[in-house]
Amino acid sequence: MSSMFDLPTGMDRRHFMSHLAGAAAMAAPAAAFTNTLLANATDLKKRHKAAILLWMGGGPSTMDIWDLKPGAPTGGQFKQISTSADGVAICEHMPMMAKQMHHMSVVRSMSTREADHMRGRYYMHTGYVPNPNVEHPGYGSVVAHELAEQVAGLEIPPFVSVGSGSVGPGFLGMTWAPFVVDSNGNVRNLDMGIDPTRLSQRLEMLATIENKFIGEKRGGSAEDHKKVIDKTVKLMTSKQMEAFKVMKEPKEVLEKYGTTGFGRGCLLARRLVEAGVPFVEVDLGGWDMHADIFPTLADRKLPELDKAMSALVSDLADRGLLDDTAIIWMGEFSRTPNINGGGGRDHWARSWSVVVGGAGFKRGVVVGETSSDGKEVVSEPYSSQDVMASVLKSLGISLETTFTAKNGRPMKIANSGKVIKDLFT
Amino acid sequence: MSPRKQRRWRLFGLLPQAVIWSTAVLWGAAIVSPGARAAQAAEDGHFGIPQVKFINEQITLGWKDSDLKPSDDASDGEWCRRIYLDIIGRIPSIEELQSFVSDSSPTKRPELVDRLLGDDFVDDYARNWTDIWTTVLIGRDVENEMVSRSGMRQYLRRSFSKNIQYDQFMEDLITASGANANRKEAEKFNGAANFLSGKMEENGVQATAKAAQIFLGMQVQCTQCHNHPFNKGKQNQFWEMNAFFRQVRALRRFNGARDIQWIEMVDEDFPGEGGNAEEAELFYELRNGLMKVAYPVFVDGTEISRSGYVPRTLEGGEKIGVNRRQELANLMKASPLMPKAIVNRMWGHFLGYGFTKPIDDLGEHNPPSHPELLDGLAERFREQSFDLKELIRWIVLSRPYALSSKSTKANQRDDPSLGEKPKFSHFYLRQMRAEDLYESLLTATKAAQSRGGEEAAKKKDEWLSQFIIAFGTDEGDDATTFNGSIPQVLMMFNGDLIKQATSTKEGGFLSQVAGGGMKNSAKINTLYQAALARSPSPKEVSAANKMLVERKGDAIGALQDIWWAVLNSNEFIINH
Repeated sequence: MSSMFDLPTGMDRRHFMSHLAGAAAMAAPAAAFTNTLLANATDLKKRHKAAILLWMGGGPSTMDIWDLKPGAPTGGQFKQISTSADGVAICEHMPMMAKQMHHMSVVRSMSTREADHMRGRYYMHTGYVPNPNVEHPGYGSVVAHELAEQVAGLEIPPFVSVGSGSVGPGFLGMTWAPFVVDSNGNVRNLDMGIDPTRLSQRLEMLATIENKFIGEKRGGSAEDHKKVIDKTVKLMTSKQMEAFKVMKEPKEVLEKYGTTGFGRGCLLARRLVEAGVPFVEVDLGGWDMHADIFPTLADRKLPELDKAMSALVSDLADRGLLDDTAIIWMGEFSRTPNINGGGGRDHWARSWSVVVGGAGFKRGVVVGETSSDGKEVVSEPYSSQDVMASVLKSLGISLETTFTAKNGRPMKIANSGKVIKDLFT
Repeated sequence: MSPRKQRRWRLFGLLPQAVIWSTAVLWGAAIVSPGARAAQAAEDGHFGIPQVKFINEQITLGWKDSDLKPSDDASDGEWCRRIYLDIIGRIPSIEELQSFVSDSSPTKRPELVDRLLGDDFVDDYARNWTDIWTTVLIGRDVENEMVSRSGMRQYLRRSFSKNIQYDQFMEDLITASGANANRKEAEKFNGAANFLSGKMEENGVQATAKAAQIFLGMQVQCTQCHNHPFNKGKQNQFWEMNAFFRQVRALRRFNGARDIQWIEMVDEDFPGEGGNAEEAELFYELRNGLMKVAYPVFVDGTEISRSGYVPRTLEGGEKIGVNRRQELANLMKASPLMPKAIVNRMWGHFLGYGFTKPIDDLGEHNPPSHPELLDGLAERFREQSFDLKELIRWIVLSRPYALSSKSTKANQRDDPSLGEKPKFSHFYLRQMRAEDLYESLLTATKAAQSRGGEEAAKKKDEWLSQFIIAFGTDEGDDATTFNGSIPQVLMMFNGDLIKQATSTKEGGFLSQVAGGGMKNSAKINTLYQAALARSPSPKEVSAANKMLVERKGDAIGALQDIWWAVLNSNEFIINH
């Protein structure tokens, strides 16, 4: 993949930017982005908060991973093993994560109501149930919106989704939409292949047309279009796009994360966080195991998860990034304690687990408890809102933050969820 | 345009509806003098079509109730661009636009609608609605061993080419049997089989959910596992609906090497989970673990025979059995939900918002913005033999469809993106679909490519695949990044398709414009007409002229830059 800086041949970044600067003198619309470019030549080494959401699309069976019930009729086929965290046991097919559990905490008392994929996906991402009248922003848009300011000169999008695209920005608007890339970090169509003077002439002409249309008051999407164009231009000319080039990592690092899509995605997430991106979502789908769940988990899914997730946690810790980076592992719901006739488990939202760690979270603890068959939460139950409130707190984002939806209605951040106290010291 | 159609709308303006049907056939146009009266019909705003009159009245009532004043009408150019995009999935060519704009007939709008729905555009029409329905029926990203995208498309293309009645269309899809892929080894190819062939796992749970959602506007997927928390949906309703799909099997047909070659949909006896085929029941589990029994019962409570046998005649001549899917199709045809669901879908397609959001949830918990209009249009659609082209005609000739997208002080609060119910007092913006963009670029650049047929469709698929994101669920949920976000803008800036569209190579669109002997102003105007269906403003002319001056000696390069900017504009990509 070539970037803007490979072209035209022989032109280095400094030279390129001077072209842009020259062009910008004629082109007011282009000036805005050129100025940020020039202002941000300094590196972004400053410490900043970030979050990585490991999204398990399809609904993983958490009682086969984080909250085992060996011996119960519902318990399934797996044994549990002890971990680096005192008194925390997890599935035998997660041996590498078992060595990292002192960095993470398990919430075993999730209890939600949405057991349909799309509804659950929306609810767990936003803290709200779907509502035909309002589109709520998801985690990535909320965190990016709150933390974008902390990294002056971030030129790449503050919310990157690796894989399946997450949930949209809702009423926060398209500028906070997830930037979707594949797990190899490929960004398509970055290269225009023309010189900067011409680019800036094109942008000036484009701005003339865009502004005319916006001025005719036809609706918000006309303006959104222009905002996204401004962001795209910034990104096309940014050196920070290097962060996406995950394949430039040393071979041993690539191997540590695993040669799977999810492994690459987790490594990409670390690179992006290092570059200043405040929110990255990495997706691992395929948990919708209505049949043959145990061989599928043991042979395929858990090894892939174990390798990549443990590599990410230990790598962030080794680089001193974990104290500023929250990790959230969850899906839209979990799976029935009862095992069905096909050896699978169906959709279940009443009693399940999520895993968090890093940033301001207390590490190495288990919060909450389910009954011996896994069918009930027997301690205080927690919701999507509560997890979201806790993640925001771990990042130092004020829970007093209130958004204004497009219709003027005030919306409390995280839907007024309450912080899960036992996740904090 | 068929002469019959043309005559009909001219006639409608003159007589009460009942009289038309009894007399028009006998006396034809002899009893009227067309010219002035047709103009009168246009003036009335409904072109003599009673269904259009009904829409206009109902929508106007809504404006009065909400104290809204509608925007002015859209210009001819805007309306023309809109209707090409919405009916045939592409913008008009310069010639098509000019011939409409320069026509001074008061009835040119219904005439253009007739033409777009008529024989001249039948391939374009079928291509567009095939694209739309392929996504509805099997999603954006489905081509696997259970589903043949090209088989699905072959069925849809044929159906829309002959303007299949909608009730027949639904029946074809619900009851399809035969081979899903068109292979020479396979007998009984039936592309309609692809709607259900990939949805039969776990006893057809997906078939149940999608059939109810698409054809009845009912969201039953949650009630698979429990009573719906927010509406009247009950768990038994899901499984009683599911019982209609228990005879159908999706059988894998192999070649020698054990690769699946195609899927054959067949109806077989359903012995029932209790083993009595005369009373073939199924069991489902309540949240508390109890098992309950279900037989085929339609959503309105109508029960059918509980027999699991497919129809046959016994030796003694006694006929037994029932085809459950056929029964379901019959019940759906008679249900008032079926026409409501399609009217709402079509309204949403043309007006940007349906009467409900989402358009496929008509449950009682989700009241429509215009209940009388929805019900009334659904009834009229049934009376009109479920003719989709008639429904389209009514909607696109209505007043709300003709309004400008420019809002005014008197209606700017009518904005469904703020969560309000739509009142349709101005035209709502929406972005082209990726398919519209692709076809529109071919049109705008006069790319000489054949656009019908499976080859063209596969090429387009390849291009579309860059935008698809799958959610990793069994239901095959997906979305598109062609949604106004950065990847879309990058594609519009730099993608191969745009590089082709803005190419300066000999014989291409830009080289024709540059070399056509036109003045600069005419060249710029050509680019604007081709993409935006309007002339440039004075400010835009001077910006473009400035580029031509700066790029002296490279006129085609400057035109290329202007063309790139026009194609990248909000005004181009947004249907307005």
